[in-house]
Amino acid sequence: MAEPTAAAAALADVTPEPGVSKPDPILVVDEVRRSFGGLTAVNVDHLEIQRGAITSLIGPNGAGKTTFFNLMTGFDRPDRGTWSFNGQPLANVPAHKVARLGMVRTFQLTKALTRLSVMENMLLGATQQRGERFLSALLPTIWSAQETEIRARADELLARFNMDYMRDELGGELSGGQRKLLEMARALMVEPEMVMLDEPMAGVNPALTQSLLTHVKDLPSFGMTVLFVEHDMDVVMDISDWVIVMAQGKIISEGPPAAVAADPQVIDAYIGEDHGDESRFTPTTLATTAAASTETVGRSPVLDDHEGPATGDVSAPSDDPDGESHA
Amino acid sequence: MDVFLAILASSVNTAIGPSAIVYALAASGLNVHYGYTGLLNFGQVGFMLMGAAGLAISVSIFEVPFFVGLLCGVLAAVLLALVLGAPTLRLRADYLAISTIAAAEILRFTSRSNTLAEFTGGPFGIPSQVGGAGFTQTWNAMNPIPPGRYSFGWLQFTHTRLWVVIVGWILVALVCLLIWSLMRSPWGRVVRSIREDEDAARALGKNVFAYKMQALILGGVLGGTAGMVLVLFQGSFFADGFRPELTFYAYTALIMGGAATIFGPVLGSLTFWFLLAVTERTLTLTGILPSGAGGATRLALVGLLLVILMVFRPQGILGNKREMVLDG
Ligand SMILES: Nc1ncnc2c1ncn2[C@@H]1O[C@H](COP(=O)(O)OP(=O)(O)OP(=O)(O)O)[C@@H](O)[C@H]1O
Ligand SMILES: [Mg+2]
Repeated sequence: MAEPTAAAAALADVTPEPGVSKPDPILVVDEVRRSFGGLTAVNVDHLEIQRGAITSLIGPNGAGKTTFFNLMTGFDRPDRGTWSFNGQPLANVPAHKVARLGMVRTFQLTKALTRLSVMENMLLGATQQRGERFLSALLPTIWSAQETEIRARADELLARFNMDYMRDELGGELSGGQRKLLEMARALMVEPEMVMLDEPMAGVNPALTQSLLTHVKDLPSFGMTVLFVEHDMDVVMDISDWVIVMAQGKIISEGPPAAVAADPQVIDAYIGEDHGDESRFTPTTLATTAAASTETVGRSPVLDDHEGPATGDVSAPSDDPDGESHA
Repeated sequence: MDVFLAILASSVNTAIGPSAIVYALAASGLNVHYGYTGLLNFGQVGFMLMGAAGLAISVSIFEVPFFVGLLCGVLAAVLLALVLGAPTLRLRADYLAISTIAAAEILRFTSRSNTLAEFTGGPFGIPSQVGGAGFTQTWNAMNPIPPGRYSFGWLQFTHTRLWVVIVGWILVALVCLLIWSLMRSPWGRVVRSIREDEDAARALGKNVFAYKMQALILGGVLGGTAGMVLVLFQGSFFADGFRPELTFYAYTALIMGGAATIFGPVLGSLTFWFLLAVTERTLTLTGILPSGAGGATRLALVGLLLVILMVFRPQGILGNKREMVLDG
């Protein structure tokens, strides 16, 4: 963490314990349960997400992170529970209305609209389009001015994501990483107050990860709150103001990145899981990550690749790294 | 050589005839459903029947004015769209497919049953069984073309056929214009995004159900219009004119011409009817088959031609190859 963000400062006095209250929550979740047959996928007693902060949601495979996203955004219904966004209760609110209220999500498996061009993908994101109503659609005079505005905004965003040269490609012609970029840019076209990104960096090469990270870090300065799911601990440690850990549907820990990395409960949760692909979450690597913090970012997304002391000073301050790939 | 020219002339005559107009309209409706929105409607003929019945019953039985009758035909198609769409459009695509194919058959059997015969004329229809020829009378009375035979080069028309053909193709042109203006608009963009992935559209704040319903209604009304043109040129309405294969011929025309293109369905139906006519006339006029025996054989031959087209041009005549590749 280069310099503590405003959000991190606001969260400095919050006790790192599951379900703790935040000074200015944008999303408040209470008693939300979702089970599939005998399996309780999500079981959250209380959770608050701080406005304007970058919060990451981590946890082993199958912890319930995606299911939690689905529940919050109206793509799935909980067995019970309430949650509110900006004070507005969201239980039983359909997905498209959740998005219109300003909470927009992306998907773990990207949904680039295959036979629409990159530009059309972007334009679709804009809300309140007059030309999207059936009868007005027939009269371009009603919507063409607005269309021009939206197009300009889309061009700006595409440039920010270094994708402007691809605006005429079809969505289906993009690579996996480019689709992740497009999906994120498209979500921003909605001008949401809160974005929920489900593994935006998965399958993206390290250089592109860096550029994605830069964009995510920028979002709070545009007044946005970010909640994202990520398995890469380097990334999590680098950009989060706050980290929430889920395991078997429950929130088992939350706090600033360093505090969470040092929480024995978290380490247990990862080791207790028998997933081969989570091998990087050993006590060593977690502690290392906390200590190494940003130095590791930009070098390697895989923690196992570098060495470090088994335990470290989790609060070690660090300067901004070389920033080689922060192009 | 003479035989060849005769075959060609008579096939072109068929290809631009009322049948091609009916299929161009029905297939344009399917294009809105399947080509642009991704809705699987396997019962377009049900919408055609609703349009036709709405017109014939309201004018011939209830004696409403002709133009009110046209409106009744449109409303009947809208009603069917609402009834079919409301329960199924929130579910997976296959539910709509099953419901539409079943609904179309239910409508046909209901319409030909004796229970409703006083309105529909049962199997014999209107005006054979019940009602006056009201709906076609007004239509023919509106014909400004003096009675007689007309020929333009190869093309030959009676005044009634010429009337249907002129009005019909104008209608097709207007439908193309309508679909073009909708699909280039933001509305069209939303509808196409739903075809690609409706959850993505939902995540961006689009009311997917409402758009699917609008598309279902629009395509259904185009089907209803096709049904109205059909009974107007036939001069009668009867249930068995609306068999399930009509839907599949319309799909054939759509795929052949190119789905998700404006003129694809139109060109597809022209081609479909031209091929049907060419194969039949070739078989009969050259004496390979006795006249009248060409029916089944011509369908088999058209099927073969279609297979060949799909092998060499899977996106249809006008379709976009670039998009087709991504479809897999
Ligand atoms: N539709 C479903 N039907 C049945 N079980 C489901 C369904 N969706 C999720 N689950 C189960 O719920 C649990 C949580 O799944 P979820 O996708 O939320 O995990 P996750 O934390 O996102 O994992 P990952 O990190 O692998 O993406 C898993 O055990 C999964 O098998
Ligand atoms: Mg997941």
